[in-house]
Amino acid sequence: MALTRDQIAMRVAQELQDGYYVNLGIGIPTLVSNYVPRDIDVMLQSENGLLGMGPYPTEKEADADMINAGKETVTAVPGASIFSSAESFAMIRGGHVNLTVLGAFEVDQQGNIASYMVPGKLVKGMGGAMDLVAGAKRIIVTMTHTDKHGNAKLLKQCQLPLTGVNCVQKVVTDLAVLSIKDNAFYLDERAPGVSVDEIREKTAARLIIPNHVPEICFD
Amino acid sequence: MAGFNKVVSTYQEAMEGLTDHMTVIAGGFGLCGIPEGLIQEIKNKGTRDLTIVSNNCGVDDFGLGLLLKDRQIKKMVSSYVGENAEFERQYLSGELEVELTPQGTLAEKIRAGGAGIPAFYTATGYGTPVADNKEVKTFNDRPYILEESITGDFAIIRAWKGDRMGNLVFRDTAMNFNPLAATAGKITVAEVEEIVEVGSLKPTEIHTPSIYVNRVIKGSFEKRIERLTVTQEQGL
Repeated sequence: MALTRDQIAMRVAQELQDGYYVNLGIGIPTLVSNYVPRDIDVMLQSENGLLGMGPYPTEKEADADMINAGKETVTAVPGASIFSSAESFAMIRGGHVNLTVLGAFEVDQQGNIASYMVPGKLVKGMGGAMDLVAGAKRIIVTMTHTDKHGNAKLLKQCQLPLTGVNCVQKVVTDLAVLSIKDNAFYLDERAPGVSVDEIREKTAARLIIPNHVPEICFD
Repeated sequence: MAGFNKVVSTYQEAMEGLTDHMTVIAGGFGLCGIPEGLIQEIKNKGTRDLTIVSNNCGVDDFGLGLLLKDRQIKKMVSSYVGENAEFERQYLSGELEVELTPQGTLAEKIRAGGAGIPAFYTATGYGTPVADNKEVKTFNDRPYILEESITGDFAIIRAWKGDRMGNLVFRDTAMNFNPLAATAGKITVAEVEEIVEVGSLKPTEIHTPSIYVNRVIKGSFEKRIERLTVTQEQGL
């Protein structure tokens, strides 16, 4: 069975480490914050200028001056700091953010990512995504393994305009967990009940398959 | 210290000198921390063919969206412009020029502009359409692209507290692009929620030192929330 959006987020949450500063993109990545393991502490960075993002406020607490990069009202946790957008991207560009999780249209075996525009459709802009993929220490992409027409999104070479080059280390899809190295995707784990053959069929890139591919495990 | 009294009492005075074809850097992120009254004043003045440098372009009926509606903007320099139907229409019809700029590069362009640095190298955007026609240079085996900084004829910003000299403090994430924008305008106008006595802001707590600010006006703000997201209160 393919993973749900929440299960993808749960699997990504297993990559978090105690003491990590993490930036989560819009969509599935945002859900990761719901599954941070209880025994570790992470600080969430929001690129408009907040380190230590907390949960949504109560209706009474909601404040127009307190938002995240998705323009949603949020709170700050104890130990949080607030700063300018220049400072925020200095910490991103300077390599101080341990992990960024974001969505994508396509990822290729060189670790290139395309996530911000489809030619011919309206271009809304890249926001902070280009800075995040160029600057964060580790980049994990979450996405469905194929698009809604069944076309592969893991490719030899991205077809859409790139957001960044040689930057993605890991992809968590609804079918599999894959790492990218040496110009190939390595199949690390598969969704429970999903066959290696199905993943091979739906991946249009060089795919290295070990003898044993364990199922994704949620504890 | 009359020479340091930068408070003006009308929006006309606050935006005096703004003319057609100028570049205006506007603080704010989405609708958060935008100088609402100063934008309204530009609308009222009817100034045209403006280049606006701002992370976003408001929504259809609020913020910079008001200037779009009146077709006062010739060019937008932004990182994300997806919240605005009129924007889409003008962009697709070719009436509006748009320079999409990665958010961190945009912030640094403004910061550098205010700090007298004409250009800088960044890895952001290397290998992407953003790098088209830009110089590439390798440092420590990594390629970087050369990005030019931005200054404005005007910078319009919003602060929480300001004193008569123009020292400013921002409130929560309404800080965003405001302190950088403050440094990069030939004329910087701060619209503040509250004007406080000189000396009442602790020197170490001032976010924007007065030297960057030319005019201060007390505004009143709607502070519209773009996306209200809440958790239910427990046990009530």
